[in-house]
Amino acid sequence: MRLSKLLAIVMVAILFASLGAVAGAQDTVEIEYWQYNFGARVYAMDILIGLFEVANPGIKVVHNSDIPHANFTQEIAASAPAGVGPDVVTLFYGWIPAYVDAGYLVPLPEDHFSEEFILETFSPMVANSKFEGSYWAIPTAVRSLALFWNKDILADAGLDPESPPATLDEFVEAAIATTIYDGDEKDIYSISQQGHTTALAEQDHHWLREVLFRQFGATPYSEDGRTVTYNSEEGCAAFSWLAAFETEHVTGSIDIGDASDAFVNGETALHVDGSFRIGTIRNNNPDLNYGVAELPVGPNGEQHTFGSYWTHGITRRANDDPARLEAAVKFLQFITSPPAGTLWVNLVGELPAQATAAADDRILSDPVLGPFSAGLAYAHSTAFVNEVEQRQVLIDAFDNVRLGGMDPCDALDEAAAAEQELIDNFWADR
Amino acid sequence: MAVSMRNLQKSKKYPISRWTLARKKIVWAYIFLAIPIVFFAYIRIYPTLFAFQMSLHDYNPLAVEQPFVGFQNYEKVFEELGEEKSKTKAAFQNTINYVVLGVPIQLCLALFIALMLNEIRFMSTVYRILFFLPFVTSTIAIAWVFRMLYQPRFGLFNVVLQLLSLPQQPFLRSPQQALPSVLALVIWQGMGFAIIIFLAGLKQIPRTYYEAAEVDGASRWHTFRYITFPLLNPSIVYLLVLQSISFLRMFAPVVAMTQLGRGGPLDSTLTVVLHVYNEAFGSYNMGFASSLTVVLFALILGVTIIQLSITSRRIN
Repeated sequence: MRLSKLLAIVMVAILFASLGAVAGAQDTVEIEYWQYNFGARVYAMDILIGLFEVANPGIKVVHNSDIPHANFTQEIAASAPAGVGPDVVTLFYGWIPAYVDAGYLVPLPEDHFSEEFILETFSPMVANSKFEGSYWAIPTAVRSLALFWNKDILADAGLDPESPPATLDEFVEAAIATTIYDGDEKDIYSISQQGHTTALAEQDHHWLREVLFRQFGATPYSEDGRTVTYNSEEGCAAFSWLAAFETEHVTGSIDIGDASDAFVNGETALHVDGSFRIGTIRNNNPDLNYGVAELPVGPNGEQHTFGSYWTHGITRRANDDPARLEAAVKFLQFITSPPAGTLWVNLVGELPAQATAAADDRILSDPVLGPFSAGLAYAHSTAFVNEVEQRQVLIDAFDNVRLGGMDPCDALDEAAAAEQELIDNFWADR
Repeated sequence: MAVSMRNLQKSKKYPISRWTLARKKIVWAYIFLAIPIVFFAYIRIYPTLFAFQMSLHDYNPLAVEQPFVGFQNYEKVFEELGEEKSKTKAAFQNTINYVVLGVPIQLCLALFIALMLNEIRFMSTVYRILFFLPFVTSTIAIAWVFRMLYQPRFGLFNVVLQLLSLPQQPFLRSPQQALPSVLALVIWQGMGFAIIIFLAGLKQIPRTYYEAAEVDGASRWHTFRYITFPLLNPSIVYLLVLQSISFLRMFAPVVAMTQLGRGGPLDSTLTVVLHVYNEAFGSYNMGFASSLTVVLFALILGVTIIQLSITSRRIN
C-alpha cells in the first residue's frame, strides 16, 4: 500500500471518530461535578444526583469523587490548564478568594441566588461569605466545632461520664486525670491513654484561631481580615494554654498518631472536632461510648466556635456554554435546597446550610447534633486567603514550641509575621 | 545497513512505488521508531521547555491569563536563598544534605556488601534477593512501614532501645533527627540496585589479575586498592551520577513520612522537588515553582558534569 494512501485512511478514521464522539454527546447536556472523597459525602451526593437526573431528564451529571481530600487543590490545578474539570465544584469556603483571584469561579447568577434570598434562607456564616461584592458559592451543609468526650474513659478516671468539662480549666483537669502512663516516666514515650492531643494540623488550629484567642481576650484578625492581631499578650496566653497539653501536662502527642484517629479508636478522652467525625465513628467504631457537648467556655465566660463549610461553585468552564451553565444552575439549586440539606444531615451528619432546615426540632434535640446546631449561633469563620499555608504557619509555631523549645510568645510572633506576609502577598496582587 | 543506505540514496530519483523491498523496510522501521520519539518529545521535552516558559510568567494554573514577569521569579528564588529562614533555603540545604550524606554512605555500604556477596557461594542467591527486594518494593509502602517503625511509643526501634535500656529517640519528630531518619530508608532501599551494579562490575574483572596478585604476595587491602577499585571505576562513576540525581530528585519518601506530607517538622526534611510541588499545586504559584525547577535542573546538570569530568578520567 502506498504510504500517502495509508496516511489518508488514518486521518479520515480519526476525523470520523471525533465527529462521532461530539454527535453522541449532543442529545443530553452533560455536566461534571467534583468533590473530594469522603465515603458518606459521596454516597449522599450519588443519591442527590440520582434524584436530580430523574427530575431533569435532559441533564446528566458525571460525579467525580476519586480525589483524596489532601490532593483536591492539586487535581483542580492540573485539570484547569488542560481545559477539563468540573462545571460545579465543591470547595472549602476558605479557598474562595484564591479561586476567584484566578478567575476560576463565576459569580452565582443574581436571578437565582440573589443576596436577599441568601441572607434570608442561609446560616449567617454563609451570608458572610460575600467576596468583592458577590456571592461565588453556596453550600448544602455547614458544620461547627464541638467537644467530643469518651464516657468510658471519664468513668474509669473517676469522673462523671455524663458531665464533660464545661470550662477550659475543667478541660485541663479532665485531660490530666485521664492520661495514663506506663511506668513512672511522664513523657510521650510512655503514654498509653491520652487525655487530650493537641493537633494543629487537624481542627485545633481553628479552635485556637477563632475560639481560644477570643476566649482569652485577644482578637484574631482586624475587622476586614487583612491584619493579624492575635500576637498579643492574651493571644500568647491562649496559645500557651493549648501547647501545654503536650509540653507541660504531657497528655498526648500527634507523634503517637492522628488525634482524631486516636479518639475514634477509643484511646483519647477529650477531642475537639466537627460534626463530620460522627460519620467516621459510626463507620469505624460504632461501639464507641462517646458524647458531644458545646465547646467549653473561656476564662472570660464567652462561648465561641468555628464554623466552616464545603461549598459549591460554578466554574468558568460551565460559564463558557449556555446549556451547561443552565444545567449547572439547576443542579446547584437542587443540591442546596432544604430537602437536600435534610438528606445530607441524615447521611453525612453535617447540618443543613438552610437555616430553616438546621433549626428543625429533631436536630436541636438530638444529643449528638444538637451541640453543633447550637454552635451555629456563635460560630465564626476565618477569612482565609491561603488556608493550607495559614494552617501551616500555626503548625510550625506549635512545632517550634514542642520540638524546638521556643518560647510560645516568640513562636506566635513569628507565626503572625509569616501569616501577615501571606495575607499581604495575596492582596498585593489584586 | 551499509547496503541499504546505499539503496536509499540510489533510489532517490525513483517514485515510491519503485522502491526496493529493503528500502521500504527501512522507511517502515523509521515510521515505527518515530512513535516513541514523538511520544518522548511530547511527554518529556515539551514540558521541560514549557517549564522554562512558565518560569518567566506569574503562572496560576487556574487563571486564564498568565502575565509575563521576566526574571522576577528567579529574583525571588535567590532572594529567599539569601534569607535566614525560608522554605526555599531549607529545601536546597536539605537536598544538598541528602546528596552529600546519602550517596557516599549508600555506595560504600553497597560496595562492601557486594564484595561480601561476591565471596560467598552458599545461599548467595538468597542473600542477593534479600538485598534487592527493597529496591523493587513500592517506596510509599516502605515509607509507611518505616514511619511506623519510627513511631515514638509503639515503633519497633524505640521498643528495642527500651529493651536495651537505652534512651528512646524522637526520630521523625525531631527537627535534627528527621532528615537522617528519612535518609536511612532511602539509602537502604536504593542499595540493592547499587549492589547489583557492583556485582556485575566485579564479575568483569579477570580472575587472572587476582591470581597474579596472590603470587606476588599482595595483601587483601592492596588487592582491593590496586585491582578491584580501579577496575570498578566505570561502575562507580555510573552509580555516582545516577544516585546523585536520584537523591537530588527525592520526593516520595518525604511525602509519606512527614505530617501532611509537607516535609516537616519545621521544614527539616523538605526537598526542592516537594517545595516545587507545594508551591505549584498547593499555592498555585506555578511560575515561581517552575523557576525553582529550572534552578534544580541547573544544579543537577552542574553536579553531573563535575562528577563526570573528575571521576571518568581514570576509567581506562
